[in-house]
Amino acid sequence: MDFGYSLSPSSRIDLDLFDRNRFNTLAEIEPDVLKCMACGSCTATCTAGKYAKNSLRSAILYLQNGQDKQALEYLKPCMLCGKCFMVCPRGINTRHLILSILKIYNNAK
Amino acid sequence: MRERIAGGYDNFVIPFMIGIIFLLVYLFIGLIRILKHVPGEDRKRLFLSFVNPKIIIKDLRDIICDCLLHVKIFKRNILLGYMHASIAFGWFMLIVIGHIEVALFVPQRNGSLYYPVFYRFFVAEQNYTLKGAFFFFLMDFFLLIVLGGVGLAMYKRVRSIAMGMRRTTKPCFADRVALYCLWSIFPLRLLAEGFTAGISGGSFLTKPVNMLFANFFGNDLNIYPTWWAYSIALGLFFLAMPFSRYMHIPTEVLLIVMRNAGLKVTRPRKGFAEAEIYSCSSCGICLDACPMNVQKKNINYSSVYFIRFLRRHNTRKINEIADKCLMCGKCVVLCPVGVESCNIKMAQRGTVTEKLPYDYSYLQEIHAPVKEKKEKVLYFAGCMTHLTPSIIKSMQKIFEAAGEDYYFADSDGGLCCGRPLMMAGKKEAAKELIKKNSELFMASGCETIVLSCPICLRVFKEEYRLPGIKLLHHTQYIDSLIKEGRISVNKDDTSFVYHDPCELGRGCKIYDEPRNVVAALGELRHASKEKKESICCGGSVGSLTLNFDDRAKITRESIKALTVENPDKIITACPLCLKTFSDQSMVPVNDIAEAVAEKIA
Repeated sequence: MDFGYSLSPSSRIDLDLFDRNRFNTLAEIEPDVLKCMACGSCTATCTAGKYAKNSLRSAILYLQNGQDKQALEYLKPCMLCGKCFMVCPRGINTRHLILSILKIYNNAK
Repeated sequence: MRERIAGGYDNFVIPFMIGIIFLLVYLFIGLIRILKHVPGEDRKRLFLSFVNPKIIIKDLRDIICDCLLHVKIFKRNILLGYMHASIAFGWFMLIVIGHIEVALFVPQRNGSLYYPVFYRFFVAEQNYTLKGAFFFFLMDFFLLIVLGGVGLAMYKRVRSIAMGMRRTTKPCFADRVALYCLWSIFPLRLLAEGFTAGISGGSFLTKPVNMLFANFFGNDLNIYPTWWAYSIALGLFFLAMPFSRYMHIPTEVLLIVMRNAGLKVTRPRKGFAEAEIYSCSSCGICLDACPMNVQKKNINYSSVYFIRFLRRHNTRKINEIADKCLMCGKCVVLCPVGVESCNIKMAQRGTVTEKLPYDYSYLQEIHAPVKEKKEKVLYFAGCMTHLTPSIIKSMQKIFEAAGEDYYFADSDGGLCCGRPLMMAGKKEAAKELIKKNSELFMASGCETIVLSCPICLRVFKEEYRLPGIKLLHHTQYIDSLIKEGRISVNKDDTSFVYHDPCELGRGCKIYDEPRNVVAALGELRHASKEKKESICCGGSVGSLTLNFDDRAKITRESIKALTVENPDKIITACPLCLKTFSDQSMVPVNDIAEAVAEKIA
């Protein structure tokens, strides 16, 4: 219930809508997604991030919370330039991860 | 010259006729299929190319050089070139001379498919008449050349390194059938013509064979079996051809004509791409070329296997290989047929990625900056260069030293050029970026764009429409500054080796300018593989799925090739190469701009 008193929007998760299967499928073809430590290097260097809300870090966090739709919004402006891939300290293949997320969650609720 | 067999027919021609008719029907249907799948405007362009004398001359020259003489393979390895050219050219001449003989001496048999092939069976001639001696000599001469080529081909199966190939492809079943038929065709022809040489005449090759066998057989009973065997070998070869690598023989002609007409790959399996796929001769030159093959497990990701899976419609494998490729383009420049496998791979990636959602609505809010003065030179660093700020600093120093009035377009970060999207197969998305970027550049009123990133440069050259604007990579720009004397550098005895970035070298054909610059700084040493054979640094944005470990192995291999002559420094001209090498190399690595800025006088 949101009475409008909170500073940040509600991050309540509706467990009925939480589809774990999709995340498992993603983790199966991209085990890298589990390696992310949310350091934010990808977001800090992001070319698209200057113009729009584009953040792989946030997208992964949203996916882990089951908020698929929000996650997609954080990836759609991506131009696939590959800077995040060069800076990732965990060696995650970010470009393919982004494509895989878009593919698996394409018709997210 | 007289016909030995009345009616000019014998039953042994049946296997040959079955094979050749099947092949011709198959080729005709294939041609119609390809033309049907080519987009309408490309088809028009293809037909128009047949009335353009310039293109016709280019077609003829390419067909003679590539299909008959195999100049490209000669350049790669003389023995390999001779092997292939002797079989292709020799066989072609045998066919041509056969037809000439028929046209000259038995014109009533003109138009018969089998008569020129089995000419020596049907016609009797003495070799002491001029026409017998001359044509029989030519026939035997070219047969000898082909036999030599077949001998070399057999030897290549045992020891391919003798012909400059470390690895060769594993032939599939149809390849094997066609290969063994091809090997047996010419020895059988020699035997068949040898056995009949006593009756029909022969020359320096067939006469001795005839005399040799006549001595211990003492009869003519072998004539029929050998002619039958020769005909069966030919027929079987033609039957196996559409399913084997030898389909490249007829398809290459179509590919050359289509390529010269300016056609491009639009779909990964149909139309022009199909002509490319069937033109692949499975020779395996791309196996040695592919940088991924430093690891044996990656051999299956080579272009030749990619194309084989495309032929078999094995979608899972096709996607796997297409996503793995680094897009360095080495297999494309070394391919003797010129199959542009990278373009097919990009189109294939598009079948998966083109459907994915994207949202570039923010582009509308980007406006060209209002500038007080109109600088003639615009500097565009590119995304990658912003991760290696030392290149930007060096370029600024060089611009200032040259007294250039320039405008730094993406000093605060700019849009991506679109090339990474193109390489991921997202052509439509890339077009949006290209359109926006072009607008911004045209609005700036510049005359020259200097770029630091070869990835950007390539897509600028290939996809952007920027009339009146000259595109220069910073290596070219610095080279012109030094030549015009606008900057001067101190030369010392440091030794350098220059690494050709894939997109700058193979992509934009810029090899000499960076070398001129490096030579002005110090001693230029050679790498074991350079210019168009340079090895990808391993950092390429071309690959979608290659992981860090595999990339690191490629990087090490590339550094090994660069440091064979123990240079003091590795010089590169791409921010991505610089970053990838710096993580791995024991030898210091610099961008060409950094090296110049350091030594600016």
